[in-house]
Amino acid sequence: MFVSSINTNIMKLKKDLAISDSGFLFNPSTGDSYSLNPIGVEFFKLLQKGNSDDEIISQIINDYAIDKNSVEKDLYDFKNLLVNYKLINA
Amino acid sequence: MLSMKLNDNKPTYTIAVTGLNAIDSPGPGVPVIRALREATSFNVRIIGLSYESLEPGIYMHDLVDKVYQVPYPAAGTQVMFDRFKYINDIENIDFLFPNFDAELFNFIKLEEQMKKELNIKMLIPTMEQFEARNKVNLYEYGKKHGIKVPFAKMVYAAHEIPTLISEFGFPLVIKGKFYDAKIAYTTEQAMQHFNKISSQWGLPVLVQEFVHGTEVNVCGVSDGQGKLMGAVPMRKLYITDKGKAWAGVTISDKKLIDMTKKLVKATNWNGPFELEVMKTTSEEYYLIEINPRFPAWCYLPVGAGQNQVESAVNLALGNKASYYSKYDIGKMFIRYSYDLIVNMNEFEKISTFGEL
Repeated sequence: MFVSSINTNIMKLKKDLAISDSGFLFNPSTGDSYSLNPIGVEFFKLLQKGNSDDEIISQIINDYAIDKNSVEKDLYDFKNLLVNYKLINA
Repeated sequence: MLSMKLNDNKPTYTIAVTGLNAIDSPGPGVPVIRALREATSFNVRIIGLSYESLEPGIYMHDLVDKVYQVPYPAAGTQVMFDRFKYINDIENIDFLFPNFDAELFNFIKLEEQMKKELNIKMLIPTMEQFEARNKVNLYEYGKKHGIKVPFAKMVYAAHEIPTLISEFGFPLVIKGKFYDAKIAYTTEQAMQHFNKISSQWGLPVLVQEFVHGTEVNVCGVSDGQGKLMGAVPMRKLYITDKGKAWAGVTISDKKLIDMTKKLVKATNWNGPFELEVMKTTSEEYYLIEINPRFPAWCYLPVGAGQNQVESAVNLALGNKASYYSKYDIGKMFIRYSYDLIVNMNEFEKISTFGEL
């Protein structure tokens, strides 16, 4: 419910963000850096490719033994973090 | 063999540098020298100029070829000139890098005389530029050049403060005219800060609007004709209790570079500078301070691809100078302290003879 209410599909990652394979994320406009766990990296890379929330959720369910509700919640939490850290344009 | 041959084709300049202190609030002398040593267009002989016998740069023999003590700025321009004449008779200095705000007034006064009589060149702001960017004049300076500066007023007595509160609100910043800044959240705190700062740094004291945001800094150099020769923005990642950067990273910030270009063009700024800027959450930029010299982190731009120090020397000496427009983003500096082991006879020489 919350996921659909914030309409995360219209949010776009800031375009100049850089991420390494190890999950180290650097924001070049602020100098801030973050460490992402493996599922964070998956979410981030799928968002970077322009996938919708539904596409990301389907992809994760396909690749991992996890239920849809858990993925939805994790994606929602992840995107909220991106918003809080100003890594996403609403 | 090849490198010997290449080096032989380059001129060797004798460059004098002040600011050899490298304590927890370090001077820019040592990083300026490191940048000079990495110049690709010339070789250098470095003359260190010290005020005190325990400035660490004095004892860094791999960086500094010879050191002379110089009189404090309070001694006046004639005493300074006489000392430089003595040093120059021995060393034949090509270029001088003043690195302290407090000594710049004298060097600006002496610039022409040093050039004509001693053939020592500098790249420093004019007296008008130097005075206009003084923090007590900065608000007017910003207004004149269309750059946002936090609203500020000069205060000469503590009893003026309560009447200013309605104009500023809380928090507000109390600043010394040369150094120090404290945030006050109540009238009592503001009065306390005023008394402490005025007793240490004199009058007037500046009361300034507090701007919430992230501090970003720019290290740059400009050619005196309104053109930026190089600019690298940096965000501090770790600061000491004095607010000095102990680690920082180059950032991508077009708006900040544009603001720097605008300022340089409007003022025809001559020489190195550091901008201290507050970036608000709504991406507005407030100029907090202009330092009229290279900052202590000026070696970071070298690491990021801009040897601004080399450009400054080449411009002043009439050589072809590099104008940089690009730099590496995400390049970090991490400062460290290091214990030099020094023989007493070296300390004795600099203390007794004023030379090492």
